Amino acid sequence: MLLDFLTYPFLRYTFLTGILIGIIAPLLGTFIVVRRQSLIADALSHVTLAGISFGLMAEKKYGWVISPIYSGMVFSVIGSIFIEKLRTVYKAYQEISIPIILSAGVGLSVIFISIADGFNTDLFNYLFGSVSAVTINDFYVISGVAAFVLVIIWLFFKELFTMSFDEEQATIAGLHVKWINMLFIILTALVIAASIRIVGVLLVSALMTLPVAASMRIAKGFKQMIFLSILFGEIAVIFGIISGYYLDIPPGGTIVMTSLFILLVAIGIKKIRK
Amino acid sequence: MTTPVVSMSNINFHYGSRKVLDNINFEIPDGAFMGLVGPNGGGKTTLIRLILGLEKPETGEIMVFGQPIQKLKNKDRIGFVSQKANSFNKGFPATVYEVVASGLTAQLGYFRFLSKKDKQKIHEAIAQVGMTEYTKQNIGDLSGGQQQRIFIARALVSDPELIILDEPTVGIDYENVKRFYELLYKLSTEYKKTLLLVTHDTGTMTQYATDIVCLNKTMHFHGNPDEYASLTEADFSQIYGHPVSLVTH
Ligand SMILES: Nc1ncnc2c1ncn2[C@@H]1O[C@H](COP(=O)(O)OP(=O)(O)O)[C@@H](O)[C@H]1O
Ligand SMILES: [Mg+2]
Repeated sequence: MLLDFLTYPFLRYTFLTGILIGIIAPLLGTFIVVRRQSLIADALSHVTLAGISFGLMAEKKYGWVISPIYSGMVFSVIGSIFIEKLRTVYKAYQEISIPIILSAGVGLSVIFISIADGFNTDLFNYLFGSVSAVTINDFYVISGVAAFVLVIIWLFFKELFTMSFDEEQATIAGLHVKWINMLFIILTALVIAASIRIVGVLLVSALMTLPVAASMRIAKGFKQMIFLSILFGEIAVIFGIISGYYLDIPPGGTIVMTSLFILLVAIGIKKIRK
Repeated sequence: MTTPVVSMSNINFHYGSRKVLDNINFEIPDGAFMGLVGPNGGGKTTLIRLILGLEKPETGEIMVFGQPIQKLKNKDRIGFVSQKANSFNKGFPATVYEVVASGLTAQLGYFRFLSKKDKQKIHEAIAQVGMTEYTKQNIGDLSGGQQQRIFIARALVSDPELIILDEPTVGIDYENVKRFYELLYKLSTEYKKTLLLVTHDTGTMTQYATDIVCLNKTMHFHGNPDEYASLTEADFSQIYGHPVSLVTH
């Protein structure tokens, strides 16, 4: 069964890309979940959709060839900076930045899509993910993003942990909380844009949060939670891509259902332990 | 004479149109164990936020370790246990060790990792509050009093000279409150820390503190425990703005 993934280059790149996002999406997800910002991932994925639609429209209408992964990333990063700014404008209602950015993303997407008179299959692939959409160029871009994310998280791990646990204490201690928050949300934007090829716009936030929700139930300590989140994320991605390919279902669906299954098992384990 | 650890002169502060602090002048001498008391809403937490540099006064100046607070570089010279410390996300799977280690983050600085010596400091701070056997437990699984001790360990781990605690004993049973004061007393006498403690349990606090201040928008009293003990019911009514019956312990 696995043989197809080793034989066909396009499947090989999908598979390798899947392994990478199975690491970085749950890794960032751990910080996002403990900081109660799960919905930010959803807002950013819709902004990414606007960027992708823009790229597709530019190609169809004007013949500019922009790889949608780049336009998606640019939109996502700009959206993330707006979210962070809005969070400081509405200090007491920080979550309001999410519907604002999410609706802006959807609104722009609708406009770009209709200017291009619709896209059908391409768009479907971006919404739910695809096993055949990953090009070698995508693979290189996503590898670059993954390396960048891993290095930054490693360098700023103790600051990110300190801020996630107690942001006020981090501010008092003199950490540059605003800048680190900005850096973190930009990383999130990049990871979302990188993951969309495989999991799709509508389900990318699930890959960032479901494995974390599962590991949170059983982990002792933060480092163990990260480790388990990545492990669960990888299981979901690998199983999801392979089964999606053989069942001819977009991998977004199979990845998320696998994650959900793991989550239910984790909840069950916790119940039994008690 | 050594410079006071904190000195505030002529401090005024509003939240919106509400005057919270009115012309505050006071000092925390080096090595003092100062108890700060006053009614709810009297401005105690606000005063602390000003000392920590989280709010800016409208007038006057706040000096900490002889420097204006906004310019103080080594914020790790101050340890702080917040009134809200206990309201953290209980589901956050962080071990006692990880939480106490986070007290070293700022002192270490960017791009630096915990050394062997730092790890030893973390274990010492946990031992100091008597929580060694819980080192690997998730903090959310501990009792309120135990969590409070962990937050004190987090404040202690960077070896600060000034420790500020905002109502740390709320919701803790009598036995643990006593142990808590003994720990503070040791920090004050053996380790020569300067302490600022906001509390409502004046009965216990006055047995250990060296200085007591009463705050209700303005500073109503500043003296030692003996002077505090000689305050009359009329004095307290004035401080609290309504009649108070004294409970003597
Ligand atoms: N962030 C804030 N915004 C507006 N008003 C506040 C804020 N924090 C405190 N206050 C008000 O300032 C006054 C003093 O509060 P506080 O310093 O918390 O008192 P204490 O700690 O002595 O109970 C109260 O009337 C309170 O309602
Ligand atoms: Mg208070």
